[in-house]
Amino acid sequence: MARLTLRFAPWIAVLALALAWELFARSGAVTPFMLPKLSTVLARIWGDAASGELWQNLGLTLYRSLAGFAVAAVIGIGLGFAVAYNRVMRWLFDPLISVGFPMPKIAFLPIITLWLGFYDVSKISMVVFDAIFPVVTATIAATLAVERELLWSARNLGASERELLREVVFPAALPQIMTGLQVALPIALIVCIVAEMKLGGVGLGGAMITASRFADSPGVFAGIVEIAIAGYLLVRVMARVRARLLAWHPETEAPATV
Amino acid sequence: MKYLPLLLLALIWEAVVQLGLVSRDLLPSLSDVAKAGWTLLREGDFWANGAASLYRGGAGLALAIVIGALAGIAMAWWRAVDALVGPLVEALYPMPKSALIPVTVLWLGFGDGSKILLIFLGCMLPVTLGAYNGARSCEQALVWSARSLGASRLRVLWDVVLPAALPEIANGARTALALSFVLLVSSELIVARAGLGYLIGFLGEGGVYDAMFAVVLVVAFLGFFADRLYQRLMDRLLAWRA
Repeated sequence: MARLTLRFAPWIAVLALALAWELFARSGAVTPFMLPKLSTVLARIWGDAASGELWQNLGLTLYRSLAGFAVAAVIGIGLGFAVAYNRVMRWLFDPLISVGFPMPKIAFLPIITLWLGFYDVSKISMVVFDAIFPVVTATIAATLAVERELLWSARNLGASERELLREVVFPAALPQIMTGLQVALPIALIVCIVAEMKLGGVGLGGAMITASRFADSPGVFAGIVEIAIAGYLLVRVMARVRARLLAWHPETEAPATV
Repeated sequence: MKYLPLLLLALIWEAVVQLGLVSRDLLPSLSDVAKAGWTLLREGDFWANGAASLYRGGAGLALAIVIGALAGIAMAWWRAVDALVGPLVEALYPMPKSALIPVTVLWLGFGDGSKILLIFLGCMLPVTLGAYNGARSCEQALVWSARSLGASRLRVLWDVVLPAALPEIANGARTALALSFVLLVSSELIVARAGLGYLIGFLGEGGVYDAMFAVVLVVAFLGFFADRLYQRLMDRLLAWRA
């Protein structure tokens, strides 16, 4: 029973939060402009879904953030291996990564816009720039942590460097790389939304900022709810992918905590 | 010596512009950027906007750390608080906080208030979680000893639990520090009439690209140096735990 409560506690909290929102908004303590009723917001989302506007905004935002995420994943993992294995690459990129990681990369958005314009390429590039750091650092750390005995044994059995990377290093490093990807995915979504807020146009972020400019508060809150749900679903899908890819790994046998 | 590649990058930047390999409209030379940055520093634009940003970031972050730490310790110390607030923290933690930018604007307008609220809301949860985990990992034997020596419950909270939780709180605050920069710059880029983020957007829209590059670099390196400084400070302050 205790375990059951634990499992559903977040859902109960979400329901309680929703109920509190609705009651607080109805109580008249705040104006509907400050906090529209949850039911009004849900009706708005429903309306946007029926008219197709929601799917257009959601689709574009997901396309941009997932495209950026995919590029960041591929380049990030590749670069991570290169930095971990190659002295010159490490000398070159190690300081760049350690300086770049704590920087607020969103500050570069106006420069990226100057170079690439106001459209998708700009937004996707911003996503790549921000999401690549957790992937690279996770890949480097994971690769350097692969047990030497594994490498020695494989080399001893006659594996080429290429086979070594594909058959030994990559699988051994995968759990930590996946963790890096799991950090990068929500970053990709939110950076995309912030870029959309700055640059405008179709997309969840653009729709929210337009609503805010027109003082359309149900529209703004609808955006919050949509982004929260989209983010939650992305995180869940990623956890599923991890469980699938790492089915062979002992960690998946442990009870999932989320 | 370790940062030699950064110097190399700066030289390449200067060289490609001087050699005419890229248009100056797209990439002003590093020397022009430095000159424009120097002018900004002298004319005071930078300081007025920097002060606005510092005030917002500092106030939001301070509120987040103090209230976040108190909330986390309260959750760890009183079961009822944990039962009430815990699931809420868990439900709200993954919510992307930058999405709140338009909401804080609806509530508090374009000025300082909306940024402070955003940074407070966005930075609080990592500190809360740190404080919660830190306070829970406090050895029970220490608490019992202090109690049996006659310390009141509040006294134990202050003298035993809080110090035990400090390293984890410091970790949470480091995450919060990085987040505060991101939230500050994004919100100032999107809606503001002052601040370094606003200055970047303003210079960009005015086509003053050398100055814009200067402010972008300054903001980015401020984020980096703040993180390094914080780590130094914490290593010093928490030296007793080793």
